[in-house]
Amino acid sequence: MLRYIIRRLGLIIVTLAVISLAIFAIVEILPGDVAKMMLKQNATEESLDRLREQLGLYRPWYERYFDWVWGVLRGDWGTSYVTGIPISEILGRRVVHSLALALFALVFGIPLAVLAGIWAGIRPDRLADRIMSMVGMVGISMPEFVTGVIFMLVLASKFELLPPTSMMLPGETPWTRPQILVLPALTLTVVLFAYIMRMTRASVIEVMQSAYVRTATLKGIPMHQVVRRHVLPNAMLPTITIIAANMGYMLGGLIIVENVFAYPGLGQMLLFSIQQRDFPLLESLVLLIAGTYAISNLLADLSYAALDPRIRVS
Amino acid sequence: MATEGYIAGSGFSPRRVGAALTHTWHKGLGALRLVLRTTSGRIGLPIVLVHAVIFVAGSWLAPYSFTSFNLAEDGTLEQLVGPSRHFLLGTDQFGRDILSRVMSGSTSLIAVAGSGTLLGIAMGSIVGMGSAYMGKWVDEVVMRIMDGLMSFPSLLMALLVISALGPNVLYIVATVAIVTTPGVARVMRSATLTLKEQEFVQSARLRGESAPYIIFREILPNTLPVMGVELTVRLSYSILIVASLGFLGLGVQPPSPDWGLMISQGRQFLSSAPWVALAPAGAVASLIVGVNLLTDGIRQASNMPREVAP
Repeated sequence: MLRYIIRRLGLIIVTLAVISLAIFAIVEILPGDVAKMMLKQNATEESLDRLREQLGLYRPWYERYFDWVWGVLRGDWGTSYVTGIPISEILGRRVVHSLALALFALVFGIPLAVLAGIWAGIRPDRLADRIMSMVGMVGISMPEFVTGVIFMLVLASKFELLPPTSMMLPGETPWTRPQILVLPALTLTVVLFAYIMRMTRASVIEVMQSAYVRTATLKGIPMHQVVRRHVLPNAMLPTITIIAANMGYMLGGLIIVENVFAYPGLGQMLLFSIQQRDFPLLESLVLLIAGTYAISNLLADLSYAALDPRIRVS
Repeated sequence: MATEGYIAGSGFSPRRVGAALTHTWHKGLGALRLVLRTTSGRIGLPIVLVHAVIFVAGSWLAPYSFTSFNLAEDGTLEQLVGPSRHFLLGTDQFGRDILSRVMSGSTSLIAVAGSGTLLGIAMGSIVGMGSAYMGKWVDEVVMRIMDGLMSFPSLLMALLVISALGPNVLYIVATVAIVTTPGVARVMRSATLTLKEQEFVQSARLRGESAPYIIFREILPNTLPVMGVELTVRLSYSILIVASLGFLGLGVQPPSPDWGLMISQGRQFLSSAPWVALAPAGAVASLIVGVNLLTDGIRQASNMPREVAP
């Protein structure tokens, strides 16, 4: 197990290095002169030059890359071009907001999805299973901005149960007005529910066909006990991995959902930094999101290896 | 395999080509019949066909031009009119007919997503097959890079690339291709690794055939089924990415009708004129649902016991 963990940790370092290099390379080729953007119209050639010098734009790329990586490692993420605020300060608040949204969706979505998946998987091809399969198919197919707009229309515009946008006034946190979390979290839950439900269903069906489940059934053990004692422990294994692997969809979903509802999280900041061409902010955000994804994949692999000895041997 | 008919003779006599075509046609009909036996196929195929017709002839069949500001008889703009006999899906804030805009928006979305997917599959196949065929350190390095690229959530990757290149139709195609490549490369690599060890490839190598010959004549034809599956799975995902980029304002630029952008802009009229956002939302949702259902139907049909084609 230790050797597996070490190998996997080595891989994650390589992955993070590739990610940071890719981000840096893409931002390097972004069109647009930063100095001109910051000084707007009243820029003289001289002041532009001074600013470029200040920003270190005349230094070779590898020096700037290593400076950036070193800064990130020390917790100094640089300063946003547009707002002039240290990035670590901006991100701190935003991370909390996005995390609140993600947790809200996970806490509601996962138990529901697992239960539905088991319900459908125990008796495949019955009516319940057919309905769940259709729901799952539609769920994974619907773009977040479509589900979001539908929820907005029904729950906010028609019945006025919830606020249509999730904008926050200065000084507000998601906890002072938790109702703004409901619509974005619900939207995020739909896709999550569909994915996890389908995976749970598939692995339950697979386990149900195994020899030990047939033996248990033929022995005369009641169905609910077979499910609880034999099916669940074995079917949960792939589901756990899927939950961790779904963080990727979750993070992509966050970008869309936050922009649908104007919720001030990382995803909304990301679009802002793209529109404003705020490169240091963009780099930090992409690194943060991609890093989170890579680490959640690592956790998925490790938890799977811990639960299933066959993985770490091969 | 359906390809045997072509390979058997290398001469191109019209009679042979004709026979091969009839053979493929019968095979296709048999496969279609199998797909239509599944529930997913029965629902998915008609949806996809409707979208295909709109894709090909949408802007031609549309009742109005997608940019015309329609005026009422008294000369005022037909702003935010609800669904009616004249405007089946209503009009938007500029008095443009929404049905026409939805129908015309289909072409760019599907063409961009489709060509991006095809390009991505071509690139992924070259990278994956090349990497597997070369082996050794090349394989190791290439696959680590692909892993690195895959560790970006696709939408994030797309946003990053499109912000570097700018929202232009060709760049969006390139973005979709870049997002598609790593996943396809991985699948094609493992398919090639399996094929490489098979006897027919080994014997070609012993015969002294060149690397391009082995890759294109021995390995490539056998990876076609894998590629076909990849195409259908990736297509619906590409549509989702392109529509999402549109929604975020980084897709095809106005006044060209883009479903994602139409939904985004329709949000502000949601309580007074919900049809502005709902019509394109329904279009994009039904397209992706349709493609996914058809894919599911094909997958189920390929697991069914085979019928002898007539």
